[in-house]
Parts: sequence; structure tokens; C-alpha cells
Amino acid sequence: MADFTPHTEEEIASMLSFLGIESTESLFSSIPAAVRLAGGLEMPNGISEPDVLYEMTALADANREKLVCFAGAGAYDHEIPAAVRSLASRSEFVTSYTPYQPEVAQGVLEALFEYQTMVARLAGLDVANASLYDGASALVEAVNLAVSSRGDPGVWISAGVNPRWRKVLSTFAKGSGHKISLMPLVDGTTRWADPEPGQHSSSHEASQTNPGSPGALPESLGAVVVAYPNYLGCLENLSQARSLADRTGAMLVVAFDPICSSIVKSPGEWGADIAVGEGQPLGNPLGFGGPYLGILAARKEHVRRLPGRLVGESIDVEGRRAYVTTLRAREQDIRREKASSNVCTNQTLMAVTAAIQLGWLGASGLAEVAVASSRAARYCRELLCGIDGVVPLSSAPTVREFAVYTGVPASELIGRVAEDGFLAGVALPEELSEGRQDGLLIATTERRTAAQIEGFAAAVERALR
Amino acid sequence: METGSSTVGNDGSNSFTGSSLKEGAGIHYGHGSTSALGGAPGGRAASAPLMGKLFEPTLLELSHPGRRAWSLRTTGVPMYPTEELIPPEHTRRQPLGLPEVSERDLVAHFTRLSHRQFSVDLGAYPLGSCTMKYNPKLCDEVVALPGLRDIHPAAPAQLTQGWLQLLCNLESALCTITGMSAATLQPAAGAAGELTGLLLIRAWHEAHGASRRRILVPDSAHGTNPASVSLGGYEVTTVPSDSRGCVDIDALHASLGQDVAGMMLTNPNTLGLFEESIVDIAAAVHDCGGLLYYDGANLNAILGVVRPGDMGFDIVHLNLHKTFATPHGGGGPGAGPVAVSERLAPFLPGPRPVRNEDGSYGWEIPSSSIGRIHSWHGNALVLARAYAYILASGGDGLRRIAELAVLNANWLRKRLNGVFEIPFDRPNMHEVVVSASSLKRAHGLRALDVAKRLLEEGFHSPTVYFPLTVDEALMIEPTETESPQTLAALADALENIVMQAEANGPDAAREAPRTTPVRRVDETRAARRLRLTADMEPG
Ligand SMILES: Cc1ncc(COP(=O)(O)O)c(C=O)c1O
Repeated sequence: MADFTPHTEEEIASMLSFLGIESTESLFSSIPAAVRLAGGLEMPNGISEPDVLYEMTALADANREKLVCFAGAGAYDHEIPAAVRSLASRSEFVTSYTPYQPEVAQGVLEALFEYQTMVARLAGLDVANASLYDGASALVEAVNLAVSSRGDPGVWISAGVNPRWRKVLSTFAKGSGHKISLMPLVDGTTRWADPEPGQHSSSHEASQTNPGSPGALPESLGAVVVAYPNYLGCLENLSQARSLADRTGAMLVVAFDPICSSIVKSPGEWGADIAVGEGQPLGNPLGFGGPYLGILAARKEHVRRLPGRLVGESIDVEGRRAYVTTLRAREQDIRREKASSNVCTNQTLMAVTAAIQLGWLGASGLAEVAVASSRAARYCRELLCGIDGVVPLSSAPTVREFAVYTGVPASELIGRVAEDGFLAGVALPEELSEGRQDGLLIATTERRTAAQIEGFAAAVERALR
Repeated sequence: METGSSTVGNDGSNSFTGSSLKEGAGIHYGHGSTSALGGAPGGRAASAPLMGKLFEPTLLELSHPGRRAWSLRTTGVPMYPTEELIPPEHTRRQPLGLPEVSERDLVAHFTRLSHRQFSVDLGAYPLGSCTMKYNPKLCDEVVALPGLRDIHPAAPAQLTQGWLQLLCNLESALCTITGMSAATLQPAAGAAGELTGLLLIRAWHEAHGASRRRILVPDSAHGTNPASVSLGGYEVTTVPSDSRGCVDIDALHASLGQDVAGMMLTNPNTLGLFEESIVDIAAAVHDCGGLLYYDGANLNAILGVVRPGDMGFDIVHLNLHKTFATPHGGGGPGAGPVAVSERLAPFLPGPRPVRNEDGSYGWEIPSSSIGRIHSWHGNALVLARAYAYILASGGDGLRRIAELAVLNANWLRKRLNGVFEIPFDRPNMHEVVVSASSLKRAHGLRALDVAKRLLEEGFHSPTVYFPLTVDEALMIEPTETESPQTLAALADALENIVMQAEANGPDAAREAPRTTPVRRVDETRAARRLRLTADMEPG
């Protein structure tokens, strides 16, 4: 009943008569009658705008929204200031297409140039692309880039990389034929060069030939992948990963956190070739997991192999500065089956939002967000570990996220603490908690107050009693 | 190179001339400058760039040391010293180099940028294959509901029943619309859906003990199709179109064989023509054991009229950012759910939202799942928009959308007949592809020139040079949300461009656009003197 089409019945009639046909039905005469849908779609008729809002509000109300959030695992409850929300919802940004006509798309193009600049600086690398779908897709594209330019399908990946991203990587490896070996975490940091037997997830083509049988370092690899901080929130020394990459000719891919990187070493400082990350914390709401923002930055020498769109600076015919998508010959619409990536629609609006958010925070604000988040984490960790039965999962240094064992299955604990109004965290998969079910991953942001943290610790204590 | 001139644009002067820029001189990209008050970076709240008089300085150029917009919550959390939080060997030493601006300057900057940006909300956007229809504001309101927007994706099912119900309802609506039996909502865009579909094809054949190498793709297909095929580990066999613009059936038969895993097809195809032999095509592909994949980018034309499932397709991806009116966001986000027939449902990515026997909702991993393909559950807020759009439209509204989209496109085809060559001049579906080749022959004008000239008339240009099977292609998709008056104005504008070229020669079009924030951009220079960040010296 809500109708977004402008035509009146008279107009439709006159357009039909211009075409010399009688009814709209005849518009579809090229469709074989045998396959046509008789009787229309089996679904309710349209409803009015207020009715839609009513239904959607009912669905929204069926979620527990007001929980104080201690969950992270790649999605963080940061503040989104009014200015960012307002600018990012300007319909010129929201309702435009990919900037294929730069003369009328300077707004999006320039914002993307700013995004690329700021993300490259954050990552400590030379260039960044104009976004991928999410953290997982950035990881997949980075590994594809590394493997194809090194000509070696071998991938060593730390178990500290987000397990859901690793799953996505394995899914797509079935097509690309990567040979992935998982390196376990020991006390919160990666143990390299010693893949656990049975931990190889291999491609369909070469399932027998695992790189690096346990203990052995292969002569050559395509990519070495590590997260910093890792999924357990821990900081690990990446020099070993870097030298592993050097010895095997692999590219070092570092999964980083754009918030933490304002205070901890950047991927570039560790010598990464490629950095990938989840950009959601840069001004995008939790939104039940999307749309988020896949960040990919790299050294300059890889620029001609980068996936996705790149915006470059140029001039127009009058010599005025102007922005335009560039190195287009990498992309699928030109390269087709030879393209290294199939990405077309990306997450531009989330990248523009990130640029606005980074502008609002500036260097001092971003660092303050990171510091405030880690102070909250430190406080929360102290209170929780003071509770009988709660122990930290590792002794490695952490930033704004940390893991504990509580003695109670994590999913059960989360359920109990929710009754007191807290989202307690994210249950750790058994592969990251020594087969135990009571591993809980807890994150804090600059939004968490002392009172909330104290209330949370008290709720956990009650739940464990 | 550095001339020491003031930061361009920030002092309000227009010293940024073509000649100085061509030498790469006169631009200062620092994070602030020491010039006197008034000329200092930051705070130049004039809207000159709106008039195309100046370019808009980047946020980095507007930076002024010490200025800031941010303020954070007072938390009462103990102020542990930072050295205690981060061990020295992990402390960042590199400067961050983010801009320092006031909130007022930030707002002014992005507002001015937005004024240099065309959008659906500003005017018709007849970009073929992209379905740039009006994006209802209602859906903006929906995704601003805190109960949807502020939910953490790891929150367990018992705390997110509303979201799970929404996703299940959307899945079932999409299955009804496509005639399929189950769907995954994880893919973040059409191309991600394609690759998912190819992995489903691979999993299906592997489960049946067959190893097949090739995927057939028509020559008129979108570039993401062949690119996805390669990433799926298959080889592309291109199937030519026949003289009517459809799949050449003889060539199809010649290409088929026991090593063919499947075929990708969009119907209507990228010429806006319905593949009339679809039933035969489906039979031929199935006969040799292949699966048929539907690229749903063009579904808008057939909503409620014919369903991919009924045409014989096994796997369908949808572009919710086309057919279901979710806004394109300047290039994304989208959502590319993949729906499949019953036999493929066990292979779908997981976890999937499901309705339990007791009426509650939960997650489930299909028995032979290919695995996860998104960090979380897909572009959830985009999915919510699409669901609201489907509720508002309903079965009757969706059918009307298809009718009016096709009516509009046919009206334009007939109206433009004689203005441009129309390579396949017969009733089309939601879009029409015309050719500027006669303009090229007569006046040396190209499709691109027509596109640029149309920008001056206040319309976004059609898609150009796609599909590759048409010389000097202009692909026009008006969508159902444009009025007959808008169509007439668009057609008049296109006709004027041609008449002007015929009367006065090609110069006006070649020089176009002249009234846009910038004029034609030097793409060669952008690639040769690559500058992708403010820190990159143009090489
Ligand atoms: C025909 C066709 N197929 C596939 C795609 C790819 O979709 P997406 O851009 O969402 O990845 C598009 C859109 O550009 C298209 O027009």
C-alpha cells in the first residue's frame, strides 16, 4: 500500500497506448507462458508506512537492546557522536552509486581519498583501498594477494586470528586452493612452526601435501598471518612472524584493530606487508554484525595487485584538483576472469563514516578512546579476577579485551548475567580454550563507566555463586 | 617542487592553477601551517567549492594544531598510567597524523563534499544494471531503531529473537519471490553471492563424486561473473550471443560437456532482453549434469511475473541494493543473499537463522555446509531495510514495480528510436541498451561524450560500454520510481545532445561537462602519477 511509484492510471494508459499495447500484461509477452507465475506471489499485499514501522518496531522490541555491552570479538560498542551520525546519513552519500562519473562524484571520491590516507597512516603502511566487505573479506583478499604474488599456496595462520574470519578463509580456500596450516596459541601467543597434527585444513586439490609437517619450516610460503592484538586480546611480539615470512619468502599479513593501533605498534612498525582489519569501531553501529568495513592497507609495491577500488588524485581539464577511481585495469569489469578479486559493490558508506569519525576524534581523540578502553579493561579484569573461581586465560599483555575462565560454561553465564542487564562477553570456541567451555572473552570501550564495571563484576559474582 | 606558497585553498585564494599543478608545485599537504591568522588552515567556512570555483581542501589540509571536536564520557575508571597499560616494546612510536579540526569545520567540510555529489535523492540516475531506484526514507527510520541498530552480533539467540525472526521472515519472502526453498543471507554483495553460489556448485558435484572444471558464462555477462568463476576454482567458457542478443543455443550445446559444472545467467540479460529459450537452456545444462545459476541483478523486471525457480534455476543471488531499494551508499553497502532449490539447501553457508518447533528462533549449521562466508550474519541492517521494503510493497506492490519498471524502459526505447541506434529493437524488459556508434561514425562522438553531456542536463549518465557486446553502448535503466515527465525530460535531453551534435558539430559534447563541480578528470594522470594518499609523492 505504501507506493513509491509515481504513475497515475491515466499515465499508464497513455504510455501503453504509445507502445501500442493494451495492458501491462503484454509487456511480458516475451516470457514463455509455461513458466509464468499464475496468480501472483503468495505473500500478503503491501501495507502502509506506519504499519511497517509498527511491525518493525515489534521485531526490534523482541531483542534485548539495553544490555550494557561487554562483548567484543571484532564488534565494539564505541560512542558514535551526533555529528558523525548526521553527516554519514546525508542522502548525497547514502543514495549515490559507485563514483563512475567523477565530475558529479567528487564528494564520495574526496572522502574516500581522506579515508585511504587516514587508514594508511593508522596501519603505518603506504596505501589503503577504498574498503572491502568486512574483516573476514579483507583477510581473504589479503591472503589471495599474497599467494598470487608469491606464487605459493602455503598459508601459515595463527589461531589468534579471529576464528570466524579463519572459517571464511577456509570456505573460500576451497575455490582458490590455498593450503592453510593453523598455528596454535600457547598462553595467549602464537607458537609458530609447529602445526598441531590434524589442524591442517587443506584445499580440495592438494589435500595430501601439507606444507610444513609438524615442526618443519617449509622452504616457501605465500602468507604468514597473525593478529595484533589477537582474538584473546593479547599483544604478541611479531618479530618471529616477520622472520618466518622472510625465511619463506611469504608476505606478512597482520590483522590489526584500528582503535588499538593508535597506542600499540602499527602493522607497519612490525614490518607487515599487508594489514587487514575490521573498521566497524570507526563510527559504525553494532547493527547485529553489518554492514561493517573491511580495511586493507599495504606497502606501495603491491599497489597494482590490490583488490577493490582505489581513489587517486588528479586534475580536471581546467587544472583543478579532482579525484577519480584509478588503476581500474585491476578490476573485474575490465579484467573479467583474470581479475584477482571479484569485488564490485563494497562498503563505501562505512568508509566515508570512518573518515568522518576519524576526523571528529583526530589523533588525540582516537588515542584517548584506546586508552580509556584499555583502562576500563584493566579495571574490569582486576575486579573479575578478584572473584573466586575466575582466572585469566593467559599472562600475555592485553589492551582492551581479555579472556577468563569462570568455571561455568560461558553460554550459561552469559544467560544468567543478562538477567541483570549485562551482555557478559562472547563464549570462546573450544579450540581457543583448551577444549573447555568456560572461556569468556570480555571487551570494554570508552563508554564503560566504573559503576557499570562494578555492577557487572557483582553480577558475575552472583552468577557464579 | 615545493614553492613555499600558502596551503592551497585554505587562504581563500584560487592560486591553484592548472599550470602550477601540472608541475606538481604549489600544493602543501602538511598537517597545518604557520601562516598568519585568517590565512591559517581550518575554519574557512565558505561555500565557494559548491559553485565549482574552488576545490574543497581535504580534511588533512583543514587541520589546525590543537583544534579538536571530540569529547568523551566521564567514566570514573581509575586513571592507570599509559606506561602501565602498554608495555614499551608494544608502544606505537609512529605519529598518527590524523587531522585536528573543530566540529564546525568537520561539518562544513563534509557538507560541502556532499554538495559536490550527485545522488538518487537529487535526480534521475538511469544507470543500467544498477537499478538506482528511489530509496524510501521509511527504511532509514527502521534501521535507526535502537532495538535493531544497537544489538551486538554475538548476543545469543535468546536475547535476539526479534532479529532472528526478521531474518527468517526475509529468507522466506525471498524464497517466495524467487521460487526457491532456502537461502543464506550472509553474502555482503552480489559478487560475494556469486562466489558463494560457485562454491555451492563445487560442493554439490564433490558430494556426487564428480569433478568438473568449467562454468559457462555468456559474453554479455557482468564482469563479476567470470571473476567469481576463477575464484571458485573453475575455468570460464564464454558462450556467444546470437543475432537477437540472447544466448546462442547452438554454441551453448557445443560448449556443454561432462566437465561442465554449471552455467551462470542473468535473465533478463544485460541487454534488457528476456532469454526466451530459458526452458531449453535449463534442460540442456541439467541434461549434462550441470547446475544453473541466476545472477539476480536484473530481478526487478520480473518480480511477481516469473520466478527463477520456475525457469529452472538451481541457485539465485539477489542484489538487495538494486531490486529491494536499499541505498547504494556511494558504492556500498549492499547485500547479496543466495537462494537455492531444495537439493542444495544442505550445502548452504551457516550458521543460518531457523525457526524452532516451539516457535522460538535459533541458529543452525546445515548438514553439508560449505562454511561461513561473512564475519557475522551478513549486512544485517541492509537486510532489515529490504525486509521493510518488501512488507511495504507486498506481493501486489512487487508485481506493480516490475510492470512499471518495464513500462518505463519500453517507453524510453520507443521514444529514443531514431535518436540512437537500438541494436536489438524489440520489446525489452527493465532496461534498454542503445548505441552511440552512428554518432561516432558521423561526428567522432563517443558514448562517453554523450554521458558527460547528459550530466550538464542534471541527469546522471547511463552505464557506458557495458555490455561489451554492443559498440558504444549506453545502457539505460529508468526504474519504476521515475515519473513519465522525468522520462520525457531525460529523452528530450538525450535527443538535444544528438541534435546539437548534428547542427553544430561535436564540440559541445566533447567539452562537456562544463557545469559540474569539476570537469573531465585526467584519468591517465591519476594512474601515471599515482597519488592514493596525501602522503604519496605523485610518482
Ligand atoms: C548484472 C550484474 N551482475 C552482478 C553484479 C555484481 O553485484 P555487486 O556489485 O553487488 O557485487 C552487478 C552489479 O554491479 C550487475 O549489474
